[in-house]
Amino acid sequence: MTEESPEITPKANGVTGPAKPEPPSQAPVGPAPQLEPAADMPLLRIEGVGKTFGSFRAVDRLSLDIRAGEFFALLGPSGCGKTTLLRMLAGFETPDEGRILLGAKDIAQVPPHLRPVNMMFQNYALFPHLSVKDNIAFGLKRAGMARAEIATRVAEMVALVKLEGMEKRKPDQLSGGQKQRVALARSLARRPQVLLLDEPLAALDKKLRESTQLELMDLQRRLGMTFIIVTHDQEEAMTMASRIGVMDAGRLEQVATPRELYEAPHSRWVAEFIGDVNLFDGEVGWRENNRLLVTTREGVTLAVTEPRQRVTKATVCVAIRPEKVKLSRRAPVSDAANSHAINRLEGVVTDVSYLGGLTAYKVKLESGAVVRASMANTARLDMDAYLAGQRVVAWFTPDDCMVLEQ
Amino acid sequence: MARPVNRISPFNITSLALGLAFLYLPIVILVIYSFNASRLVTVWGGWSLRWYTEFFNDRAMLDAAWMSLRVAAVSATVATLLGTLAAIGLARGERFKGRSLFSGMLYAPLVMPEVISGLSLLLLFVALNAERGFWTVTIAHTTLTMCFVTVVVQSRLASIDRSLEEAAMDLGCDPVKAFLSVTLPLIVPAIVAGWMLAFTLSLDDVVIASFTTGPGSATLPIRIYSEVRLGVKPQINAICTMVIALIAVVIVIASFASKLSSLRGESAAPL
Repeated sequence: MTEESPEITPKANGVTGPAKPEPPSQAPVGPAPQLEPAADMPLLRIEGVGKTFGSFRAVDRLSLDIRAGEFFALLGPSGCGKTTLLRMLAGFETPDEGRILLGAKDIAQVPPHLRPVNMMFQNYALFPHLSVKDNIAFGLKRAGMARAEIATRVAEMVALVKLEGMEKRKPDQLSGGQKQRVALARSLARRPQVLLLDEPLAALDKKLRESTQLELMDLQRRLGMTFIIVTHDQEEAMTMASRIGVMDAGRLEQVATPRELYEAPHSRWVAEFIGDVNLFDGEVGWRENNRLLVTTREGVTLAVTEPRQRVTKATVCVAIRPEKVKLSRRAPVSDAANSHAINRLEGVVTDVSYLGGLTAYKVKLESGAVVRASMANTARLDMDAYLAGQRVVAWFTPDDCMVLEQ
Repeated sequence: MARPVNRISPFNITSLALGLAFLYLPIVILVIYSFNASRLVTVWGGWSLRWYTEFFNDRAMLDAAWMSLRVAAVSATVATLLGTLAAIGLARGERFKGRSLFSGMLYAPLVMPEVISGLSLLLLFVALNAERGFWTVTIAHTTLTMCFVTVVVQSRLASIDRSLEEAAMDLGCDPVKAFLSVTLPLIVPAIVAGWMLAFTLSLDDVVIASFTTGPGSATLPIRIYSEVRLGVKPQINAICTMVIALIAVVIVIASFASKLSSLRGESAAPL
């Protein structure tokens, strides 16, 4: 077994201690040069990778850098190629073109069993004929680890995912959440340089999913390991990941932190995909200081703050998130200096959905366009709630508007 | 199941009894008459183990029984080996060209009349100038039973998640080791069940065997058949009873193996 996978064979002097959180430096087991990549060198570099199935272009010349210790999420609708990309990282698919550099080594053509990368499968793929203990020990045995060392490592992993007392059970005697933990322990046991997670929480119910998200984040921080997660659930990606790559049709639409993705999407597609948004297509009128005046198709003029990158196109799209649209019965009292800067849209409330934490309103403007607004229910007895049919003014500041050129 | 179906009514009891009687009464009578002391098959003459002793003293009959067991064991083993490989090829292999044609051809013996299989094999052996005997019957039975093994093993394989093998590869197994350490343990019950099925099919068969066997190497069913043509001796009843017992045991073991496989995985092999 040693002949097949020299780089994942754990070091002879046991790095395993008693079951306790690992210091980050010990987490990935691999050859020294890959352990500490140069500061400017990412741990994983995907370069122009493409994959075609028949006539379907699953991944289209995609490039991406992932730094060591990062919690990276690939987010996208189903069929966008995110799973194919993950499977190429694991080695189950071979890219038609491009390189996948792990450290300095191109692993694009390396078969899965020789990669210092492990994957947690969506349906967990636990071996039904093996106990929890043997499932976790499976990869360690393959790596040719000594028996005593395997026992220590398994105990450590069992403690890490809090499954003490379950070691002898078979997978079909476990609940969904427990299976998920076994799968996690099994994929972490070999201390991979990168852990790939394919929709790891999709099979759990909502409550369990939320607590597991936090546990995964905590685990990732403690182990200092690089996690790449594939998900179609934007909330999950936003909660856990330090950076998110939004994919569509085999391409990365935007790679950014969750906040940037939400507050400064690059494109109309990303703005619509992440959260709710009101969009107004319009023509750029004149500039004033750092303000742009955009005349929308509906004939309303909106004042927006020009983004850092100057707008070059004449037709743009103004996007505004519903929670940034405020409602009031009368136009807000504006001080003279700012009065021209606040965007006011008059209309009638057509729809009120009470969602507990917030209430979502739909306001039909005089032009016929519908603006969505959501307001936090900060008081239990809300005398300010608006009713359907009521005339209101929807207003927002230029700073809250995003200008999208594509 | 809906409630009313489960209710025990006189009608249900009667139809169940009639159904079971139709299926098993002839066998029960045969078993009872195998312990008959009388020389006449149709006349009851008291209990006796006489015909069993007679069988164990009948050299020709014993040889035929031994021949049948050997043919069944060898052909079942070869059929299991080939049938399992075919099942793996069909369930796990790349979608090669002519795959559906191949699987159709594999399943042909399931529906082919035995007379045709037997005759075509006979023509083949004659054309090859092969001496007919143990090996020709064994080969013929292998072709007959292989498809049954394939059906059982393939359906088991289809119920096993592909990602199990991928997980094994991810954890350091090359594709062959992944198959041996994960998939094989999961399909062993189906393979065992397939072997048992092949064994009993071979033990039963008289049509194909009579086409492909040669002088001096009759299987038990052929021997029984030829004896019966000269009139049924009570000894035949004793032999049949023992064959029934053997097959019953094998079927019980096979269904346990299949149960075991369904306990391990999601769905059982159809048996």
